[in-house]
Amino acid sequence: MAIRAEHLTFVYNQGTALEQKALDDVSFEIPDGQFVGVIGHTGSGKSTLIQHLNGLIKPTSGKIYYNGEDIYGEGYSLKTLRSKVGLVFQYPEHQLFEVDVISDVCYGPRNLGLSPEEARQRAEEALRLVGMKEKYWQQSPFELSGGQKRRVAIAGVLAMNPDVLILDEPTAGLDPRGRDEILDEVKELHKKRGMTILLVSHSMEDMARYAQRLLVMNHGRKAFDGTPKEVFEHYKELESMGLAAPQVTYIAHALRERGLAVEEDITTVEEARDAILRLFGKE
Amino acid sequence: MIRDITIGQYYPVDSVLHRLDPRTKLFGTMAFIVSLFLADHILSYVVATVFLAVAIRMSRVPLSFMVRGLKAIVFLLLISVSFNLFLTDGEEIFHIWILRVTKEGVRMAGFMAVRLIYLVVGSSIMTLTTTPNQLTDGLEKSLGFLKKVKVPVHEIAMMMSIALRFIPILVEETDKIMKAQMARGADFESGGLIQKAKSMVPLLVPLFISAFRRATDLAMAMEARCYHGGEGRTKMKPLRYAPRDRVAYAAFAVYLAAMVGTRVLV
Repeated sequence: MAIRAEHLTFVYNQGTALEQKALDDVSFEIPDGQFVGVIGHTGSGKSTLIQHLNGLIKPTSGKIYYNGEDIYGEGYSLKTLRSKVGLVFQYPEHQLFEVDVISDVCYGPRNLGLSPEEARQRAEEALRLVGMKEKYWQQSPFELSGGQKRRVAIAGVLAMNPDVLILDEPTAGLDPRGRDEILDEVKELHKKRGMTILLVSHSMEDMARYAQRLLVMNHGRKAFDGTPKEVFEHYKELESMGLAAPQVTYIAHALRERGLAVEEDITTVEEARDAILRLFGKE
Repeated sequence: MIRDITIGQYYPVDSVLHRLDPRTKLFGTMAFIVSLFLADHILSYVVATVFLAVAIRMSRVPLSFMVRGLKAIVFLLLISVSFNLFLTDGEEIFHIWILRVTKEGVRMAGFMAVRLIYLVVGSSIMTLTTTPNQLTDGLEKSLGFLKKVKVPVHEIAMMMSIALRFIPILVEETDKIMKAQMARGADFESGGLIQKAKSMVPLLVPLFISAFRRATDLAMAMEARCYHGGEGRTKMKPLRYAPRDRVAYAAFAVYLAAMVGTRVLV
């Protein structure tokens, strides 16, 4: 039980005309090593939710526990928490500021009080993890391409050695190839290092492919919580929230309506391929 | 934290002040500021306080919202108050080491503090009840006569409105970058002055880059819509004075008379 949220409620600009309820009584528990997807329409409270988990936003009411400890409890160090729960913001490349890539990645570990040598070692490791080649390390981060900048920014969070990695739409604005590469790297982190991953995304295909569990947010409330297959069964309700199921799910449903015996819970292209091949009698 | 800066922010409610012509509010605010610097008697400040209180009441903007704007000038306030307090000659009340506190100093410092606070609150009332667009419209129209002497009034007004419009955006951006760096273990609060200044680099560099990026984007978007300055540009909502503006001007006239009166007569 790595992260537990209990009855989180958050109100923006409380007591003014601009008051807005961003989160409304949200509770959940994320065990160690799970890959969780968070989906929801724009303004559904996803970003607000994830900023609660490393103590950047204090809930108006409700509690957050990390490894059983209340993060707003007496004497709990938020700085330590932030090194354990790494948060990669949307467009993280906008936070780059150093003269070269390696110093930028060192920023996080240095803030944790590590020596320059240790920080550098961690930075190198993190840069390798995100697949940044050594020849880029001494370059200015502003000379890199969009996808590379983003990797550097993600490495900047990874260099802090977090146990939990939260990514807010890490693929926004990237080309399809850059997108797949980044997501595959995230998957590697989950598999090889056993990191707990929270991924916010608008792509249902990505969710079906990578996530073990989906949290669906709607108007600040938790609408669904289950495996992608369970959640995408409610595709009609998802549509009313401005979301959808993966496209292949629709194809599978259309095939079933025409009387073909494919499974109902198809969510990835690979599953659809197997099901259709089976229909043709080929395994 | 950073969201507490309310100067230049619009507060969307409907009130008499919101409906006033921006020119009325502009001239009124200027008159109010000038009157603050005229005032040198306690009675004048009473008049100003009453006037300000009525204006705040009529704006229907919560007082807490305006007071929050004051946080931004705390530092300035402290400096000017201490300068006045310790550096004014006159009848000594007491002294600590080389710092002499005089009766005149206390008076000056008190007045200075009130002036600064009222100045900020007064201009916040204007910006909180007027959208940046209205404000620029008002400025452009009232300064239109300067065009005759080749002052680019429209361009200046446009720059001002863009600058005002960008304040909340940049505040939000600052908040976001701050959070992003805090997620990487940054600490903006503790440490001495030098440490604090150093910790600002990871905030300011991305902020400047983003400001420039936004500026080029905006310039491009404006040009794509054929913006070419004020020449021949028409208005969707031309400004016209309504009866309530006359009432407001009358109120300002009475207020100014009262302020001048307290200065001359008392």
